[in-house]
Amino acid sequence: MTILEVPTPHDITEPALAGTTETMVLNMGPHHPSTHGVLRLVLELDGEIVISAAPDVGFLHTGIEKNMESKTYQKALVMTDRMDYLAPLSNNLCYALAVEKLMQVEIPERVQVIRVLLVELQRISSHLVWLGTHALDLAAMSVFLYAMREREQILDIFELVSGARMMTSYIRIGGLAYDVPVDFLPTVDALVEVMPSRVDEYEDLLTGNPIWLERTVGVGAIDGKSAVAYGLTGANLRATGVPYDVRKAQPYSGYETYEFQVPIGKNGDIYDRYRVRMAEMRQSVLICRQAAERLRAIGPGPYVTPDRKVAPPPKSEITHSMESLIHHFKLWTEGFKPPVGDAYVSIESPRGSLGCYVVSDGGPKPWRVHFRSPSLINLQGLHHMAKGRLVADLVALIASLDPVLGEVDR
Amino acid sequence: MDNQTIRDMLQAQFPQAIVDVSERLGDLSVTLRREHLLAVVGFLRDHPDAPYDFLEHLSGVDYLGRTPRFEVVIHLMSLRYLHRICLKVTAPEDDPHVPSLTPLYPTANYQERETWDLLGIVFDGHPSLKRILMPDDWIGHPQRKDHPLGEEEVAFTFNQERIYAQKPFAKE
Repeated sequence: MTILEVPTPHDITEPALAGTTETMVLNMGPHHPSTHGVLRLVLELDGEIVISAAPDVGFLHTGIEKNMESKTYQKALVMTDRMDYLAPLSNNLCYALAVEKLMQVEIPERVQVIRVLLVELQRISSHLVWLGTHALDLAAMSVFLYAMREREQILDIFELVSGARMMTSYIRIGGLAYDVPVDFLPTVDALVEVMPSRVDEYEDLLTGNPIWLERTVGVGAIDGKSAVAYGLTGANLRATGVPYDVRKAQPYSGYETYEFQVPIGKNGDIYDRYRVRMAEMRQSVLICRQAAERLRAIGPGPYVTPDRKVAPPPKSEITHSMESLIHHFKLWTEGFKPPVGDAYVSIESPRGSLGCYVVSDGGPKPWRVHFRSPSLINLQGLHHMAKGRLVADLVALIASLDPVLGEVDR
Repeated sequence: MDNQTIRDMLQAQFPQAIVDVSERLGDLSVTLRREHLLAVVGFLRDHPDAPYDFLEHLSGVDYLGRTPRFEVVIHLMSLRYLHRICLKVTAPEDDPHVPSLTPLYPTANYQERETWDLLGIVFDGHPSLKRILMPDDWIGHPQRKDHPLGEEEVAFTFNQERIYAQKPFAKE
């Protein structure tokens, strides 16, 4: 295997091919509409051919991990929303699962079903943003408008359950922030009903579109072995034919009980990533449908773990139970204290394998939290995919990797 | 592939490299001496029965007040057996060096840069150990426990004169 390199901006200072051909160093970003945030790329170009593409990240670094160390476990959860701002519920879930693993909390089945349902809706909404902006980068304007229409519908569901469209903080350690409202299931049904036909609509616009095919087929291809070596995960890895999906590989929240398939591609090019994500949306709709059925069968029930040392008691109990009041007071003044140790959990976020590593020193604040952010690690493959391609392909390539810069920099 | 098999395999192959083996909540975690890290990881990567071909996660922890102070945590994943193993190596405060895994796993590149940037753990053999999240001219390693969190005081009417006097725009 050839040595796989990941250049840094520092490497590109002098034209590498001086003497034979003149190359040019070009800055792309950080304020470039197609970098999907503040990603700076230092490009070394030979004419229009990319010789080297070095991502320069860190413009959005907000020290989330450092900040989390100074907050109690529950309060730190709010910061996870701000990492991958297109999939806050996935981030919430990952962090909550890690802390729950640390404390060995049992989560009621109803809560797990709601979590799965919400996270799958989140996957659809995140993929819709990817689809819209990806198509927009390749000058297909109308897809964006259609994709936003459905995304609005999903964000309305999030608003219904959590009160917030984007920064939901709805999945909490031990369960959910509060129960889902009564009109939750009908709105989910309405979405699940229309979504497959809407995905057909997007596919009508793009899948066989000659311009789309011209820009995506065979562009930015990577083979499975290199993809694994670079640590690509999510749709970027599955497009190369490696069927690694954390939901199947190491099921969490009861994913092993749902019926769904893991779509994979063959060539690992932009088109395959597109096909994989489109198929994933359809699979997510299937999971949502199953979860909604289950939730309906379970009926009303708990929305948090009954363990009062982890989740606060309901408000109604506080007014007449002294013990509940004490639990409430202890939880919100001091927090809970997980046993000394560490836990690592990874989940399948819309962008790939999102990991959370939590270390507890036995106190009410996490000693260390680290997130394996798939966006950052997926960017390492950019140089490999862009080498020898045109600058215009690079625009398509960045969009197809689907990085969220908030998560890249944290 | 299960925890016990891999545990026995490592203990038979590298008896001198292993400091501690623990199993908690079904996760196997092996603490290694850092001089043997590359050998063990190379063995795990290339072993025909246990190909841990995917480096899932690499990061560090600053255990301030404990010796050795730093710990690097590595999670390796076998895509064939869908089995995960956690490797840990420690490094003392006055010599925070750990061998780099980038030659074995290219994906370690950014993760090691991030760990160096934020915690100041040096990865020997890394192709370009530069800052990745913090600015190039930043002094210190902010994720260390002795690095202050930092804050900006909010200006109210009673204290705004004092705060504005310290800000660059007030001097102009």
